[in-house]
Amino acid sequence: MSAVAEAPLSRTEAPGRAPRSARTLSRRERWQRRGPLLPALVFTLILTQIPFVLTIWYSLQRWNLLSGGRKGFNRGSNFVDAFNDPIFWRSAVNTVLIAGVASVASIVIGLLLAMALNSTFPGRGIARTLAITPFFAMPVAVTLFWRSAMFDPTFGLFGFISRSVGLPSVAWLSDYPLVALIILLTWRFAPFALLIMLAGLQSVPQDQVEAAEVDGAGVLLRFRYILLPHLRPFIELAALLLAMNLIQTFGEIALLTAGGPAYGTTNITYYIYLRAFSAFDFGSASALGVVSLVLTIALVLPALRLLSGIFQAEGRR
Amino acid sequence: MNSKPRQRVAVAVVGWVGSLMLFLPIGFMALKSFQTEVVAAAPTPALVFSPTLDNYADAVQAGIGPYIVNSLVVLVASTLVVLVLAVPAAYALSIRPVVKSQDTLFFFISTKMMPIAAGIIPIYVVASNLGLLNTITVLVIMHIGMNLPLAIWMIRSFMQEIPGEVLEAAAIDGASGGRAMRSIILPLVRPGLASTALLCAVFSWNEYFFAVNLTTSTSTLPLFLQKFLSFGELYTAHVAAVATLVSLPVVVAGWMAQKSLVRGLLFGAVK
Repeated sequence: MSAVAEAPLSRTEAPGRAPRSARTLSRRERWQRRGPLLPALVFTLILTQIPFVLTIWYSLQRWNLLSGGRKGFNRGSNFVDAFNDPIFWRSAVNTVLIAGVASVASIVIGLLLAMALNSTFPGRGIARTLAITPFFAMPVAVTLFWRSAMFDPTFGLFGFISRSVGLPSVAWLSDYPLVALIILLTWRFAPFALLIMLAGLQSVPQDQVEAAEVDGAGVLLRFRYILLPHLRPFIELAALLLAMNLIQTFGEIALLTAGGPAYGTTNITYYIYLRAFSAFDFGSASALGVVSLVLTIALVLPALRLLSGIFQAEGRR
Repeated sequence: MNSKPRQRVAVAVVGWVGSLMLFLPIGFMALKSFQTEVVAAAPTPALVFSPTLDNYADAVQAGIGPYIVNSLVVLVASTLVVLVLAVPAAYALSIRPVVKSQDTLFFFISTKMMPIAAGIIPIYVVASNLGLLNTITVLVIMHIGMNLPLAIWMIRSFMQEIPGEVLEAAAIDGASGGRAMRSIILPLVRPGLASTALLCAVFSWNEYFFAVNLTTSTSTLPLFLQKFLSFGELYTAHVAAVATLVSLPVVVAGWMAQKSLVRGLLFGAVK
């Protein structure tokens, strides 16, 4: 949603269809081609770019609903406050931590399980179907369920399991809230990684694998030199899509921990929500929005380059 | 891949154990939905119990009906508009590409990467000024915005796979752009459209951020679930019942479409 619009990333042409000729099109032809695109483009521009411009505008104002609404410009003091706000920086670190750890964990679990599910064994189809279920179940619903039926030290399944093996039950949500949140997110997104990894494994060149097997290469060598290089674009794509979703995590935080305890699980999205709709400080929340926008663009540009790289590699094949 | 029997058994065990661990919380949830709150709150999970449908009945009593209707309306309306906007856009980004089609494509996906929280205040203020807060309309609009970039990417990747010769043949036969769209392109990408629509529907059905920020009483199912938070400690069985009920259609749809979903999710980036 932003100014990265015309990022100078993709010097490559759209693969496949007569892109080069597009350069030499007549003015009329260019507009004819743009026609079908315009409704979607205009809609997206209005819905995603105007709010950001307005956010910048709001961020320069003193605007707290509790102390009487909009009270004119305050010369950037919202930004000074944002930079001096330790909770904001903590939430920025949490955002990266939550998205980073949950993405990596999802991909590792997804890849391992995909490798098992890619070989034939009895009931494989059923196993795969069961495994992908968490990705489709309603996040708000499963989060509320995990909160009481899994994480609760007395009623929860985890508490029961640790008691059964003679360990004390852990109060996950008060003692290890960040770990609990990451466990929940990994459980939700590992099936998504699994789906992408399965697609990758299904297109592994079998002749290479067999040749390596004949040459006596073990499982680890085959994994390192055949599987991993082949899966690289799939892993990159999965990482990108997962990170994209996970930096926006909101519902799981709101309903599992409410960002707590002591902002321990508050990410940027949730902190802006708290500033805006709990403290009703629209001015300072907007400033936080602008800062997080700038931070995100700094993170997104490399990500877009990566994606563009995947496309270029595909074009060369 | 490996012919040794011991390895085969190990792979089967890993596959089954891993899958069952991922499914366990869902199965546990479905189980608890048929228990009374007291049974569900027992420290030792009860596997044998006399099942009850009370939790489901309570959900209907608590007024789940209007929320289901709202969720369905938002889902159908937003998904239809997304398809109507995305199909021509995908056409203009693949079959007859505009100048700088690649940049436009990346603009669309970049909107999905930006923090939604950074735009929510203006959206709230504008919706409030237009009298759209706490309406279904505002959710439809936001869900279109949320799903459109994804849909364009997916449909484009399906159109990209149509062989160039097919389109050339149509052009030689004198088919106009609109004609080629109707009688050649749309039939060929229909399975792709179906999986795109399914994914958009899932995201719309599950969406929480806009629902909680822009609506209160006139809202979708995720907000209905929130009501149970006020039940205190003993809400597990009720949540389990509603969670099972609202997840079931999406889960079944996901099960049925798992193959084509994967192809769409790869965005045509990798084959």
